[in-house]
Amino acid sequence: MRVYADNAATTPISERAKAEMIKYMDAEYENPSSLHSFGQSAAEALMEARERIGGCIGADAGEIYFTSGGSEADNQAIISAAHFGAKKNKKHIISTKIEHHAVLHTLDRLEKEGYRITLLDVDKSGLITAEQVKEAICDDTCLVTVMFANNEIGTVMPIAEIGEVCRERKVTFHTDAVQAAGHLHIDVKEMKIDMLSISAHKFHGPKGIGALYCRRGAYIESLISGGAQEKGKRAGTENLPAIMGMATALEDAVSNIDANAEKLCAMRDRLIDSLSKIDRTIVNGDRVKRLPGNVNMCFQGIEGESLLLMLDMYGIAASSGSACTSGSLDPSHVLLALGLPHAVAHGSLRLSFSEYTTDAEIDHIIECVPKVVERLREMSPVWEKILRGEEIL
Amino acid sequence: MAYSAKVMDHFQNPRNVGKIENADGVGEVGNAKCGDIMKIYLKIEDDCIVDVKFNTFGCASAIATSSMATELIKGKPVSEALTLTNKAVVEALDGLPPVKIHCSVLAEEAVKAAIKDYYDKNGIEYDADLFGESGCSNCCHCD
Repeated sequence: MRVYADNAATTPISERAKAEMIKYMDAEYENPSSLHSFGQSAAEALMEARERIGGCIGADAGEIYFTSGGSEADNQAIISAAHFGAKKNKKHIISTKIEHHAVLHTLDRLEKEGYRITLLDVDKSGLITAEQVKEAICDDTCLVTVMFANNEIGTVMPIAEIGEVCRERKVTFHTDAVQAAGHLHIDVKEMKIDMLSISAHKFHGPKGIGALYCRRGAYIESLISGGAQEKGKRAGTENLPAIMGMATALEDAVSNIDANAEKLCAMRDRLIDSLSKIDRTIVNGDRVKRLPGNVNMCFQGIEGESLLLMLDMYGIAASSGSACTSGSLDPSHVLLALGLPHAVAHGSLRLSFSEYTTDAEIDHIIECVPKVVERLREMSPVWEKILRGEEIL
Repeated sequence: MAYSAKVMDHFQNPRNVGKIENADGVGEVGNAKCGDIMKIYLKIEDDCIVDVKFNTFGCASAIATSSMATELIKGKPVSEALTLTNKAVVEALDGLPPVKIHCSVLAEEAVKAAIKDYYDKNGIEYDADLFGESGCSNCCHCD
């Protein structure tokens, strides 16, 4: 049996999104910037995609800008807000310790350019409060950027409350909603979000395409110079097949959002409850404020990469936040921010699902994970120490 | 980053996993904080390694290098086992990704630490230079 349990990394493309893409690669290949009627029908399709995507998040068509994906959208949102702030001598940005690197590394860059960055601590389940944001806002704060839901541990942040605080203090609020779009209800107006990033391949759309929602009137600047596409905010011929595929995938995800969430939450909770029975196991993230398809656990005494590769032998594709899988020396910054010791964080496993996941696949995982954990623990000197009651740091 | 077929074989079917009760030499190197600990047990008769077992906490290459290192010293005289280098372990595994070379260094150090333990326990004199700093100095930035 082959089980794909790495949907937070990427999802398989839906048949409907694929068919829509092929249509725009084959018959309707024209450039939306061309003035001839052929091109104009492509321009109409592009406008229609903007409306469809905007409709999924409560935004107007004119507030959607297409990008190459979530990372570009995050970069553009943060850099724009930072530069706009600098014009008014506001160079303070607030974010959290568990953001995606697309956000954290952009903030690192801005810090080197003289911006002051505050990264809020998360609690042990990976959450921040709107109160923390309120307390951190200063007179020179130009941006608050807090992810909608975390890619590793699945925690869902109190976005509407943070939006309320930011609007009240007139601070631009951006959220990286890459993991949330298509999986959680989003209404940018109700949640008072000024900018929001999405990426198509996280909801059964194609890779290499994303969008930035930017509230009418909020400032954005172009990162890529060239033609006047995207109202001059993103040069380059639009990837129309990918855009149409994204619109279809997002609409499908949003129209089935409640049914999918119900099914996934049941699978997720069954899996967490079952794997929690393994001795010395920690569930990472919040049990309730959690993405429907996310499971993240640490099994003490073993290392994540071996766990991952041994599960691969059983036909299970998963992910880990261990240092070895990231290619760096430290385990995941998200797990460390929760306060987990390094040795424990090395033993993390993320299993992430989509509506394509079946109960039989969950059963297979429930059968294999305890076997693999046991096998690795049998050969682990750290496990031996844990059993002897020694403290492992 | 891809592992060679040999690395995957030694990871999936590690040789000499386990412990030896009343071992003549035991060596443990690494640090849980960095994500790798190797522990090697030696049974020595007439100055020859008649049996060797290992326990490892770590990634696939940590397990594979431990397995290969034990294979390379099993049945060998202690003096020969002392000449085992991390490079020999890497070569025997048909290579390791650059970021994983430190695992082979740990394997070499674990073997040396076990032999040093055997020498110490038996009052055998040795040249201290043979045993440099062991630990995870090559793999991480522990304080």
